[in-house]
Amino acid sequence: MSAKLSRRQFVSVMLTASGALVVGLRPALAGPPPKVPMDMLGEALTSLGAFVRIERNNRIVVGARGCEIGQGVMTSLPMLIAEELDADWNRVRVEQLPYGYEIGVDGPRNRYGEQGAGGSTSIPNGWKDLRQVGAVARWLLIEAAAQQWQLPRERITTEASHVIHPDGSRMPYAELVERAAAILPPAEAVPLKKPEEFRIIGKPAKTVDARAIVTGKAQYGIDAYVGGALVAAIVRCPHLDGSLASFDDAQARKVDGVVDVFAIEGPVPGSAFNTNLAAGVVVVAANTWAALKARSKLKIEWKPGPWAEESTARLAAAAEEALKGEGLSLRADGDMAKTRKAARRTLNAKYTVPFLAHATMEPPHALIKLEPDRALLVASLQDPDDASTTIADLTGLARENIEIRMTRAGGGFGRRLKNDYVAEAVMVAKKVGKPVKLMWSRDDDLRHDFYRPFGVHRLEANLDRKNQVIGFTHLCAATPVAYRNASLRERPANTSVLDADAFPAGLVANFDKRFFTLESGMPRGWWRAPSHTFQAFATESFIDEIAIETKQDAVALRLALLGEPREIDYRGHGGPKFDTGRLAEVLRRCADAIDWKRRRTDGRGVGIACHFTFGGYTAHAFEVSVDGSDLKIHRAVCVTDVGRVVNPLGVEAMMIGGTIDGISTALNLAITVKDGQVQQSSFADYPIGRMAQMPNDVEVIVVPSEREPAGAGEMGVPTVAPALANAIYAATTVRVRELPILPELRRKL
Amino acid sequence: MRDPQNKAGKEPAPAAPAAATGPIELTINGEKFRHTGDPEMPLLWYLRDVLRLTGTKYGCGVGQCGACTVHLDGKATRACLIPMAALANQSITTIEGIAGPDDLHAVQQAWIEHDVPQCGYCQAGQIMAAVDLLKRKAQPSDADIASLTNLCRCGTYPRIRKAVKRAAELIAGAKS
Ligand code: FES
Ligand code: FES
Repeated sequence: MSAKLSRRQFVSVMLTASGALVVGLRPALAGPPPKVPMDMLGEALTSLGAFVRIERNNRIVVGARGCEIGQGVMTSLPMLIAEELDADWNRVRVEQLPYGYEIGVDGPRNRYGEQGAGGSTSIPNGWKDLRQVGAVARWLLIEAAAQQWQLPRERITTEASHVIHPDGSRMPYAELVERAAAILPPAEAVPLKKPEEFRIIGKPAKTVDARAIVTGKAQYGIDAYVGGALVAAIVRCPHLDGSLASFDDAQARKVDGVVDVFAIEGPVPGSAFNTNLAAGVVVVAANTWAALKARSKLKIEWKPGPWAEESTARLAAAAEEALKGEGLSLRADGDMAKTRKAARRTLNAKYTVPFLAHATMEPPHALIKLEPDRALLVASLQDPDDASTTIADLTGLARENIEIRMTRAGGGFGRRLKNDYVAEAVMVAKKVGKPVKLMWSRDDDLRHDFYRPFGVHRLEANLDRKNQVIGFTHLCAATPVAYRNASLRERPANTSVLDADAFPAGLVANFDKRFFTLESGMPRGWWRAPSHTFQAFATESFIDEIAIETKQDAVALRLALLGEPREIDYRGHGGPKFDTGRLAEVLRRCADAIDWKRRRTDGRGVGIACHFTFGGYTAHAFEVSVDGSDLKIHRAVCVTDVGRVVNPLGVEAMMIGGTIDGISTALNLAITVKDGQVQQSSFADYPIGRMAQMPNDVEVIVVPSEREPAGAGEMGVPTVAPALANAIYAATTVRVRELPILPELRRKL
Repeated sequence: MRDPQNKAGKEPAPAAPAAATGPIELTINGEKFRHTGDPEMPLLWYLRDVLRLTGTKYGCGVGQCGACTVHLDGKATRACLIPMAALANQSITTIEGIAGPDDLHAVQQAWIEHDVPQCGYCQAGQIMAAVDLLKRKAQPSDADIASLTNLCRCGTYPRIRKAVKRAAELIAGAKS
């Protein structure tokens, strides 16, 4: 859009050919300069494009900008817009928006704002800008009604996609849209509704495209068949940073439908990550089956790389060695040497946490169509910005000429924050000169992931005569999450693995937390609630051990540590403050719900844990029994405070899902490495939990809150593993200090 | 009869090595099809790549996850494990064919009522498995429901349990 565009031209741009009218959400950039600085107007006015369309029949179409990976943003983000627009939610139709990178008058921008999915930030971000999108649209409609009715705008109200005349008569938004589109948006941010005026936010809303999902019509990235794309499958080098020695494709080429077979190089070791994960041999064929069949007929010799000896056992030994050093100090409060001397008693424990794969139900894939001056990507994504940059880097195309069609994604869990498969698809498409759809098998997915880091925690508690914790030391040796990633390389090694201010930091006067880097060739990345699933198992198991050793009640001990409700400093995502009272509250409610105080005499045990994740507070409690080596979970309770809830059904789904994911992972899942190769390759050796292993129900309690919403995708996972381990101890007096739980429990029983 | 691999409508080329066993005729969602491609091709890829019936999903390709569950002569079957060669004159129903074009099966309706899907990727398979279960057990117990082995990575199992029970009610209600 030209900066010289006149007001009238701007308005006509907003009228679509179909006669549907787009409310003027794009700021009239050529209009008079606003009276307040642009950055005070909110994202909606300064950089967002059209989210709202009103059809002639008064149906309102709201754009969903997020990456829908199962966390419900296709429903919850449009709710924010519809609320402030006062739309009739039952008649709103939601449409997925594409990726919105463009060159605006002030340079590159995303016309839809933040579109990625990570860190449970979609709702907190949308809370800031998407409500303003709806509010501006409503402001324009009221203004149009005021003009039409010759009334001051204060006398006009709105409800369910209608403006209401003071005499009570109603006019559908659709009848005002044309006039509204001719009005210049307000120069200042529009006041938002008060919570007591909410009609949509806080009310349960079902998944907007549920009907499409249950009838098999919902389109995922893997379902795209654009432009007669050929299908590619790759055999990747199984050796960490290994390379290709030779291959024989004679049999593979005989498979009907095979178009080409060729090698692709692995990334340059140590390079910043914007390319593929491993060297490989590519088969390109007419369809998926031909590609997979031919791939199985390749004969390949690989050369092990610099990590040929890498193994989980070596890493465990390296952790022991590393922990003898000084490490990177994350936090040092009080006087540890003096505390150790003064302590009546000192407790120690070591906890081991394995590598984890994401195992999204829909494996990685990408469809790429390259043309001389433009490109199209269709794929299930979590970080379209990074996908766009990746394609631009590999092709030299300008990012504004790269179209990314966003689809529903079959899970994310952090896997799709990496775009290695997008890079592979581009490399293959460049070579083939035709559109290519790259398919990963499950085997590819488990053996070539960016795994949740491996690490060992060593904890120490110093107790005084009254068994009060006067000193606390948390040492952790782990593989950093930074792996061939330029932006992470600049950050401290503990980033996304261990948080300086996580519980009980700030609550024990003498406190020492240090991080020790383990070098490894294993690729690492973010896994749902990254540092929190990794560290809460250690801290929340250890608190339980302290309670048992000192014959204190484990809930009372935590409450004593949390102390008076107050806000303490918390550096890192979810901060800048951590509210001890909110964590105490979810813990108390969770204890009540599981009937914590009641002694179990029937062989059952109850365990509990609580943790602060990304601005949300969660506690879990389980009631379990162990029969032989079989674990049965009789009850599962999850209490959470994630601030104001936008969609109660969605938050409940995230807590149920987080709990089940937590159980499945804690009980059975680990990725191990031996001889420089990942050892797991299917759901047989990476056994995601099935219904029979799961509690019949997860009882979710959401604490009502007026605080800013925190999102909900990740808070339901971190407390599951420690609460389960604590429950197993209560039932059996066997302490599990290594994940996954079941293999360890069987060793110890 | 449709053979999407033979777009020109000609008879399949007799020399095509993969079609050595001759065309395979089968019924999918009530419509007749003729497959002239590789007889080893699993039904899953025929449905997806050839017919573009993409409701049936790929999750593992080796029978472990159930994302590809369809009905073969009315019984839940994993489409990734059955080669087309085994399907001559058989009848298949996929998620797209479980109800009329504008209708919902009671199981689909119950799934919506209980807002089961998260990412939704496994759900077509879950629904096909649940429809089969309810045919065998009109009033399934908790243990019957737990016999469903389809994986859900998002952890929707508790809502699946409720939705299966609700579907049983809906079916019983429709019959009485
Ligand atoms: S794809 Fe068929 S069972 Fe997994
Ligand atoms: S809903 Fe995502 S795998 Fe089941």
